[in-house]
Amino acid sequence: MRTSPPLLLSWTAALMLLASPAFADGPERVPPLTDPVVRAECGSCHMAFQPGLLPAASWKLVMAQLADHFGEDATLPAEKVAAIEAVLVSQAGRSQKGEPSPRITEQRWWKHEHDARHVKPERWTAPDVLSKVNCVACHPRAERGDYDDD
Amino acid sequence: MKPTSALLAALALLAALPVLAASAPGARAAILDGFAERARAADPGFEGFDGERGRALFEGDWGLGKPDTPSCTTCHGPDPRRAGQTRAGKTIEPLAVSVTPSRFTDPDEVAKWFFRNCRSVLGRECTAQEQGDFMTFATGL
Repeated sequence: MRTSPPLLLSWTAALMLLASPAFADGPERVPPLTDPVVRAECGSCHMAFQPGLLPAASWKLVMAQLADHFGEDATLPAEKVAAIEAVLVSQAGRSQKGEPSPRITEQRWWKHEHDARHVKPERWTAPDVLSKVNCVACHPRAERGDYDDD
Repeated sequence: MKPTSALLAALALLAALPVLAASAPGARAAILDGFAERARAADPGFEGFDGERGRALFEGDWGLGKPDTPSCTTCHGPDPRRAGQTRAGKTIEPLAVSVTPSRFTDPDEVAKWFFRNCRSVLGRECTAQEQGDFMTFATGL
């Protein structure tokens, strides 16, 4: 049996989707974060990121270095660290090829969606943006896991 | 609901209000007592807390911790009665108890933020004396 070209094409598309994380090409949606402890603890300095934005290996790295959390001290009692990590890991995004990075901004899909073609470089330093982790500055429904807005 | 039971419910709610209002100062007093106890244990000559020392701690340009946060005011802003902003862009509710009545009412939160932020600004944990002074400053505003 010969595989017809259209079928081959759809298989390729399916494989590409499987290989990419939550997003293929264009911002989409991730399940919202509902756990009240994670929302409160992770959401006091920055938006509480949805677990689906990082693979489990990356979340483990984040939770292992809270005393130096990207330059900030985010120390928590051990039992809270364990509870938060359990939620993040159980709802994590698809695992990625290569060394895991604890930074969302280092994920391949993120870099692609925010490269100079998609985001003008001067936007990053605008006073309403301030930081690359300030998702809501440009994605008004980011808190709900909805990044489908450009 | 019958009018009488609605009235009773409203009365019950009104009766509960002073209790709710009293609970925040009560919680703050308990936290401050804890600091006083620890301060006395560390220094038998402890003479109580001083809001002006707390103000000096808040306003000081220490630069002893993380380079990005030389002072409390880096994130909280110069006026504790107004909101601050984290370096990630999120709003920080004003420190002043008169503006944010829930400030310094949860001992776990108080311990967490003093621990993190003193290390971030001063490069070390704050003493009980310093924490009590700071709290006295923010409560008196």
